Amino acid sequence: MTLMHIGISHFLFLSAILFTLGVFGIFLNRRNVIIILMSIELMLLAVQINFVTFSSFLHDLTGQVFAMFILTVAAAEAAIGLAILVCFFRNKDSIAVEDISTLKG
Amino acid sequence: MIEAIFFYIFAAVLILSALMVITARNPVHAVLFLILAFFNAASLFVMLGAEFIGMTLVIVYVGAVAVLFLFVVMMLDINFAALRKGMLKHLPVGAFVGLALLAELMWMYMDWTPSMFVDNSARSPTPHGVTNTHALGQILYTQYLFPFETAGLILLVAMVGAITLTLRSRGDVRRQNVSDQVARNPKNVIKVVKVASGAGVEL
Repeated sequence: MTLMHIGISHFLFLSAILFTLGVFGIFLNRRNVIIILMSIELMLLAVQINFVTFSSFLHDLTGQVFAMFILTVAAAEAAIGLAILVCFFRNKDSIAVEDISTLKG
Repeated sequence: MIEAIFFYIFAAVLILSALMVITARNPVHAVLFLILAFFNAASLFVMLGAEFIGMTLVIVYVGAVAVLFLFVVMMLDINFAALRKGMLKHLPVGAFVGLALLAELMWMYMDWTPSMFVDNSARSPTPHGVTNTHALGQILYTQYLFPFETAGLILLVAMVGAITLTLRSRGDVRRQNVSDQVARNPKNVIKVVKVASGAGVEL
């Protein structure tokens, strides 16, 4: 791995850093559901970069097809997550994660 | 050379904006940095030769998901300062988990090389002489038809679910009731009164 010749490892390291930032974001903002959802989006983006990198360097289009499916799932997840959030906020006037544990049963 | 410079620019902006997403004080700024991160990721995809995924990323994430986040952040009246209170308490644990994960991933990627049989085992090799979008379309509607339709079904379920979750019927709103209006009969609602001169009308 050299600095000036961009190879597969550069992209893999980038996606590793991005995924770690997503995990770190969940720990850092563990009270704020909106930021947690954004962190999940970042992690999905990192996975997507991984898929497209392997697809591009190994000359196999399957990775890009699966990146599209990740895109679909990420969009659906964001829509449902935010809808649940709006619903929860109407009932509790708060989006703190601790309050969500009172929803049992 | 020029490729390396562009890669480092895009990668640096991507990582910095991802960092700003998770540390920004104002959630609206966090969403805007998320949009910046997606734009840079799309540029990296274009660099990798996956133009279609890059453009889809811009359309879907920047055009739909980020706007959805912006709407929710602005619509809900949330006290974000209170949510940030215990933030530094979890910093050591988060940093430890993050660094451990990063070290493991880096260690794994450090001297990774593809197998020598990788070209023979490609599920759908990239064809020569057609554009990325063309090649993707050729396998998406043949080899991956059922997964593709399942993805559409997932989006449909998500749409119905989001509408069902957020739709509510409020009792304090007056709405137009068309069937009531149509069923209104002049015989029941109009009264013809003969008014005697000098006397008032009793209603």
